[in-house]
Amino acid sequence: MPSTSPAAERDVAGLGRARALGFVAPALVVIGVFLVFPAVWTLYLGLLDYSLTGAGAQAPTFVGLGNYTEALGDPAFTRSLGLTLVYVGGSAVLGQNVLGFALAWRLRGAGKVVRSGLTVLVLLAWILPGSVVAFLWQALLDRRGGTLNALLGTTDQAWVLDHPMWVIVVFNIWRGTAFSMLLYTAALSSVPRSHLEVARMSGASGWQQLRDVVLPTVRRHVLTNTLLITLWTFNDFSPYLLTGGGPNGASEILPVYVYREAIIGGHLGYGSAISLLLLLANLVIAVFYLRVLRGRTEAT
Amino acid sequence: MATVELTDLVTQYPNGVRGVDGVDLAIADGEFFALLGPSGCGKTTLLRTLAGLEGATEGRVRIGERDVTALEPGERDVAMVFQDYALFPHMTVSENIAYPLRIQKVARGEREERARESADPLSLGALLERRPAQLSGGQQQRVALARAIACHPQVFLFDEPLSNLDARLRLEARTFLKQLQRRLGVTTVFVTHDQAEALAMSDRMAVMEAGRIRQVGTPREVFQRPASLFVANFIGATPMNLLEGAVRGGRIDLGGVSVPLPAGHSGLGDGERVVWGVRPEYVATAGDGVPADEVVEGEVSAVENLGVTVLVTVAVGGRDGEEGVEVRAVLPEDDEPEVGARLRLHPQTARVLLYRADDDGALVEP
Repeated sequence: MPSTSPAAERDVAGLGRARALGFVAPALVVIGVFLVFPAVWTLYLGLLDYSLTGAGAQAPTFVGLGNYTEALGDPAFTRSLGLTLVYVGGSAVLGQNVLGFALAWRLRGAGKVVRSGLTVLVLLAWILPGSVVAFLWQALLDRRGGTLNALLGTTDQAWVLDHPMWVIVVFNIWRGTAFSMLLYTAALSSVPRSHLEVARMSGASGWQQLRDVVLPTVRRHVLTNTLLITLWTFNDFSPYLLTGGGPNGASEILPVYVYREAIIGGHLGYGSAISLLLLLANLVIAVFYLRVLRGRTEAT
Repeated sequence: MATVELTDLVTQYPNGVRGVDGVDLAIADGEFFALLGPSGCGKTTLLRTLAGLEGATEGRVRIGERDVTALEPGERDVAMVFQDYALFPHMTVSENIAYPLRIQKVARGEREERARESADPLSLGALLERRPAQLSGGQQQRVALARAIACHPQVFLFDEPLSNLDARLRLEARTFLKQLQRRLGVTTVFVTHDQAEALAMSDRMAVMEAGRIRQVGTPREVFQRPASLFVANFIGATPMNLLEGAVRGGRIDLGGVSVPLPAGHSGLGDGERVVWGVRPEYVATAGDGVPADEVVEGEVSAVENLGVTVLVTVAVGGRDGEEGVEVRAVLPEDDEPEVGARLRLHPQTARVLLYRADDDGALVEP
């Protein structure tokens, strides 16, 4: 092949810079308006004592990193951060991941009826609007006349009040497992049957087959899935519909904390600062997973 | 090292299809045994039932002195080489070869030792630390073989071991596999749909159709005396001449042409329907000394080049509005006729086989 100039090499489509920009522009504008601008605006608001009412609403003043130091010094924030880690770790990284994988694994050999039946059920939990689901769970967990109390024969057990974190963790597992299950179902179908059979011929137990054949094959799917559900759960607001962050902040995960501070409390500047911390946390998680993913990929 | 014995074996799939439908087979110790048949004939199902990957619905599988019918695949002391080799991409060659040993909890040092032992004779010694993705197809196949060898099984099972190799490599691998099997002396059952492979490699072979065994024998027996029309059709590089006709006056009338009745068949009644069969390799051009009543004459309708030989199709009979028949012959390249030329052919009567003209198409024994 004749050698081409670097500029021509980069211009694969042969459009020229101006026209190429023209094609990309609409997408860039949409991303700019709906993603970049709010992020930058949040960054800006986080540096002000901007609020919904009072002096901060009339003439917000620049407080620098004041909001951040306040947040990091606020026990309510640190508790909320801790609860968020429990929520994400318990419901997504462990709960949805393990249950989704287990369901996908168990359903491999199951009959068509069982498989499609269960898939529909699990999907239903996923596609129903959050508010509807929250109402269903209210009905399930209600202290008086709740379905769970009726089923267990317990009376006057206030599940939401007594075990708020358990409730929202189980709630999110129930709600989000469908995604992991679907992803792992697809991933498991990519495990060659002959590889499992080699393991069986070698005398490997079910657990050894999982360890030696299945998990190494679907490792990248596991990482991708964990990344996605971690981020989604980190930013999940629907527990608020169930517990309202209570009782007394016992289930106040970060998105709920931001909502309470910024919208209910009216401290928009402070809320923005926390939002930015959330964003940073998301970035750290994403970069960590992508690192692991790339490192492992190069190793093979 | 062990014998393999299958008794009344049936393997039925949940959908009711019988992959293996009543198979009795005895494979001798150290034998290289081929299971041959078209796709869907049940040969792979039979192999998998032998391996324990499919459960037997009826009948028994014995390996050596043991009845293994109810045993798990890992307890049968057999090793299988899969068509796609099934090497684990995340393990090195050495780890792949030693994987069964790792499951058997053999210590690491001994595992590496045995991996090396079985890898060296297969020229894999320098590749032990590579990953399967860095190997060629032929090398991958040898790694799969080494993995089977490393666990010193009583029986090897090969599922289409050569079908993923390109044509040239396949011939080399064929010779190599045969030498390897002879050297190790381990009873080996291999599945193939390629009749040339089965004829070339096996000590004995079974031809299967619809879950049943149609013929068992040495390659020579199966090639020279196919036991039924199905086997006759299936075996052979060029399709066998199989023409239906009727016994008439001590000869066979094939419609437009009549050929001599082979020796020993005088017991056949006049008018009985039979299928006259002879391999194209056993049909030659008729020289002057050939008796006229053994010659089949017709017009050359096609000539196909097979390298050092040509496959010639001759349209015989067909005059006076009668439908003619086609007889094929494999001739030396120097005798290549022109299409349209008249040709006198001489089927060797001693090589002619007669089959019943019914659904079973069994060989008529003299």
